[in-house]
Amino acid sequence: MEKTIYLDNNATTRVDDTVAGEMLKYFTEEYGNPSSLYSIGAKARTVVEDARKRVAVLLNCEPRDVFFTGSGTESDNLAIKGVARRYKNKGTHIITTAIEHHAVLKSVEQLSKEGFTYDIARVGEDGIVDIEHLKSLIKPDTILISVMYANNETGAIQPIEEIGKIAKERGIYFHTDAVQGAGKLSLNVKELNVDLLSLSGHKFHAPKGVGILYKRTGINPTPLLSGGHQELAVRPSTENVPYIAGIASALEIAYRDIEVHREKQSALKKRLKAGLLKNIDKVVVNTPEKSVFNTLNVSFVGIEGESILFTLDSFGIAVSTGSACTSGSLEPSHVIMAMGRDHTTCHGSVRFSLSKYTTEEEIDYTIERVRETVEKIRKISPYK
Amino acid sequence: MYSQTVMDHFRNPHNVGKMENPSGVGKVGNPQCGDEMVIYIKVENNVIVDVTFETFGCVAAIASSSMTTDMIKGKTIEEALGLSNKDVADKLGGLPPVKMHCSVLAEEGIKAAIEDYRKREEEKNNEQKI
Ligand SMILES: Cc1ncc(COP(=O)(O)O)c(C=O)c1O
Ligand code: FES
Repeated sequence: MEKTIYLDNNATTRVDDTVAGEMLKYFTEEYGNPSSLYSIGAKARTVVEDARKRVAVLLNCEPRDVFFTGSGTESDNLAIKGVARRYKNKGTHIITTAIEHHAVLKSVEQLSKEGFTYDIARVGEDGIVDIEHLKSLIKPDTILISVMYANNETGAIQPIEEIGKIAKERGIYFHTDAVQGAGKLSLNVKELNVDLLSLSGHKFHAPKGVGILYKRTGINPTPLLSGGHQELAVRPSTENVPYIAGIASALEIAYRDIEVHREKQSALKKRLKAGLLKNIDKVVVNTPEKSVFNTLNVSFVGIEGESILFTLDSFGIAVSTGSACTSGSLEPSHVIMAMGRDHTTCHGSVRFSLSKYTTEEEIDYTIERVRETVEKIRKISPYK
Repeated sequence: MYSQTVMDHFRNPHNVGKMENPSGVGKVGNPQCGDEMVIYIKVENNVIVDVTFETFGCVAAIASSSMTTDMIKGKTIEEALGLSNKDVADKLGGLPPVKMHCSVLAEEGIKAAIEDYRKREEEKNNEQKI
């Protein structure tokens, strides 16, 4: 097969053709600076503010509470550090979970060097946060709780509404990293009971390098950057007009057809899971029932993920793994480990993440190639 | 990320599998990432006439196992002990820095197999004396 079978959509996605086409004119034709007063600048301002309104409709919030940032990582940083630093007089304790993205975990670690303290809530074997444990970590000086909406490695959906309610009752700010929920789950911030929510464009067919931060009216995060007045001075930098137009359109497209995507991708995921379990021995499923419809994470016992990844790559199939051997730091995935899996299982974990472009033929071809791959690599392994 | 030689050895590794009646077996683990390697050797007149491996590890670990076993086959025990992981990595066309430890594992596997062989020989000699 010539074409790549791209099953790593939780890492990044291909940009939607409509989105790419729409963005182009803001590079070469309507390239004004939104802060300039003449027509071409005013036009750019309209594009940015229109994008903000379109996002606000999808999030069910006020446009002025939507900020455009440079990435999901930046949104997470701005939410966590911005709120902690602004409201440190109210308290200095933060709670997050064991399965967060490094953008969240490292932000909290950074704050711990600035006089904040933090606790990490456990997850169960299903990779879903243990609410009782999280509740037990709340202290009188807890100001912020940050829990992701869906996990990037397992797809496990976290009980955001419930945690939001707990936080609200106690007057604690609540942030969710919703990067992996976009286009898959409702982003209605009122129903979700969230005060802050982070998104990243490249996970839903917008380009890399653009993010969104929602914050509830009245919350005023301390900026990460010093600069001009853009984005109400919360995120100074000349607005990235093409990318802002792109992320808004991509989000609209994702939700316009969400039922179609859900139906199709759920069926493909089910087919993939059934195919792998039927054709291969000793497969551990790491993705719980309660998960986003595009993600399936499994472990092939006795083999190491990097060797699976490279073998599948030679067949044109792109997947990712939580194996220690691919992490640079040689630490296995903190997410799979937090679920209480042993080292060996973690080593053989492989994530398949689908998109609207995934086809049934691709899934069938993948099942067959994975079967061959696992068989071949198990022959080499001392664990059979 | 990997050289062509590494990928060739990874895709078609040489000397794979468990050995019947080996003269020595070396089992080593990688403390850094938790991987494992088992090396089997057959020795006749101080020469390693056959060698096989089983590896649970990454592309670099599998390729290093394959290359190392190729390099010591037909060599004397002393020659085999002289082989370093650097020789193996060089022969593989280099390894990324974070993957050098995977070739160390192969070197250690060989050393452990030879040690096991020597221990077995010693035991045999002792038994003969009694
Ligand atoms: C859950 C989660 N949070 C944050 C990020 C970071 O987003 P970005 O790549 O836009 O910085 C990612 C993606 O890498 C993610 O999966
Ligand atoms: S065996 Fe784990 S990094 Fe090579």
